[in-house]
Amino acid sequence: MELVCPAGNYPSLKAAVDSGADAVYIGFKDDTNARHFAGLNFNDRKAHRALDYARERGVKVFVAVNTYPQPKGWARWEKAVDLAADLGVNALIAADMGVLGYAAEKHPDLNLHLSVQGSATNYESLRFYHQTFGIRRAVLPRVLSMAQVRQVAAQSPIELEVFAFGSLCIMAEGRCYLSSYVTDQSPNTCGACSPAHAVRWEEKADGGMETRLNDVLIDRYGPGEKAGYPTLCKGRFQVAGNTFHALEEPTSLNTLELLPQLQEVGVSAVKIEGRQRSPAYVEQVVSVWREAIDAMKANPQGYAPRHDWMAALDSVSEGTQTTLGAYSRPWQ
Amino acid sequence: MMQLSLGSILFFWERQQVQDFYQSMVEQPLDIIYLGESVCSKRRELKTQEWIDLGRELAAKGKQVVLSSLALIEAESELKTLRRLCDNGELMVEANDMGAVQALSERGLPFVAGSAINIYNAHTLKTLHRAGLKRWVMPVELSGETLADILSDAQAMGFGDGVETEVFSYGYLPLAYSARCFTARARNLPKDNCQFVCLEYPEGLPLASQEAQAMFTINGIQTLSGQAYNLLPEVEEMKRMGVDIVRLSPQHGQMAEVIAQFRGAIDGSGNQIPTIPADAVNGYWYKNAGLVNTYRD
Repeated sequence: MELVCPAGNYPSLKAAVDSGADAVYIGFKDDTNARHFAGLNFNDRKAHRALDYARERGVKVFVAVNTYPQPKGWARWEKAVDLAADLGVNALIAADMGVLGYAAEKHPDLNLHLSVQGSATNYESLRFYHQTFGIRRAVLPRVLSMAQVRQVAAQSPIELEVFAFGSLCIMAEGRCYLSSYVTDQSPNTCGACSPAHAVRWEEKADGGMETRLNDVLIDRYGPGEKAGYPTLCKGRFQVAGNTFHALEEPTSLNTLELLPQLQEVGVSAVKIEGRQRSPAYVEQVVSVWREAIDAMKANPQGYAPRHDWMAALDSVSEGTQTTLGAYSRPWQ
Repeated sequence: MMQLSLGSILFFWERQQVQDFYQSMVEQPLDIIYLGESVCSKRRELKTQEWIDLGRELAAKGKQVVLSSLALIEAESELKTLRRLCDNGELMVEANDMGAVQALSERGLPFVAGSAINIYNAHTLKTLHRAGLKRWVMPVELSGETLADILSDAQAMGFGDGVETEVFSYGYLPLAYSARCFTARARNLPKDNCQFVCLEYPEGLPLASQEAQAMFTINGIQTLSGQAYNLLPEVEEMKRMGVDIVRLSPQHGQMAEVIAQFRGAIDGSGNQIPTIPADAVNGYWYKNAGLVNTYRD
């Protein structure tokens, strides 16, 4: 069971490596990856340093080139794939079939992973990507129940990686346009969901707060209530006369208790979300997961998540609450 | 000659309603009819075989019929349904999940790639063309400009004449798919005991901001746009670009009028420039936020 950890910059990469990551995933400084935020990601020089640091310590580096290029931007995605290949990364994580095809043809030795943005939720889909591009691993979208992960794993022609912890996408990744519907930028087109440029925080006279996305009201908070980032699927909206979190509450995914089951069904790697988070976050989360995986491997039957692990993870979670998400059928 | 298609019904309608709808649609000036369940595998007012039979009946009456398959395939039972559709022996299938692309391609069958298949550039289109794609529906978040670029790249890459291009041009836009059923959630029901409450919302369940701004339409596990997309004024431009088919997505009640408007625009029989209602949206076509109406805003 490989622990795959996020790094939005060099200090985070060091934190991930030093805290026990088996692999770290990064992106380049443009819209070729799904965490395209100001001040984040790696240029050519930083990527080289990152590779050196990780490699010297026996840790793998994956590069995500996992957005969907349109014709006018195509050259940037080719360049990103070429750079990843030149760096000698351990894997390229991609979603677009054009990008996968380019990588497979131009760099036949490059190890390809299907990004979660590729939205493959069944083994027939995995077969297509395996047969067409020779991918060796896929990251499953956060929409499958544990029973469904088991079914997919039993028939999958390739290794599977699943999301273990972090922000929770509740829509099938790669097929969600809520963000572009309201702001004109989506994860697929720009590598951004509910992008920062469209966000407005408005303090009210009573001490409350309103959060807006491209002027659309996402949530209202009373005085003293902690306001969350206005992610579209986590706002409070009106449906049938009720105002509530109609899609999802601000919460994070935490699958610590599922670790033995994930191992048993044959999942090869667990992924921590959060390239946009701080080095301190990366250090805290990766340390807990390293300890948990080691404990689980040593004694799968006797494994149970420790209270201090759960507390540490809750403290860095959105809305300071966590959920099993779609892995648990009642959530659905 | 540009053709007019009717997409599959995205909402959950009662059996009789579905049958009445198609009996009236078969009389309409539509060239192509898509039908089947593409949103939720629990919706079984019509069984898979009944959809196939209905498709054959409409085909016998002169329509080109395509069977739409599920957009988010998660369970083994859903793959079984998919295989039954693929093996119908007569009608073409619309793939809305890459699992369907694999199933159709493996059988050597030609297929349509629906708007939930991510085709953002001509390289991807070419890959799928090789796998058997005969027609594609542009992903709804893409613009007219990107479509023109993809089509000219496809020509330059030498396969453009081998694929038909279809554009989702009217109706609530499919924006997202989830494991969670939001209609059941709104009614405080678990998905596994949803009591098919979708049947109560034949045009979906509107979701608005706390300022009563229409945002989305909840349709089970699918989230649609809060307002209907409408590209009626772009039909001429689409013809120039080489778009082959204009798709209308079914709504309850008003389709005959919508069909007449688009038919008029395609045939060029209307001599005034068509307009769209103030509550319609067209932002995506113009590289804007989807909820923009460029005429109104």
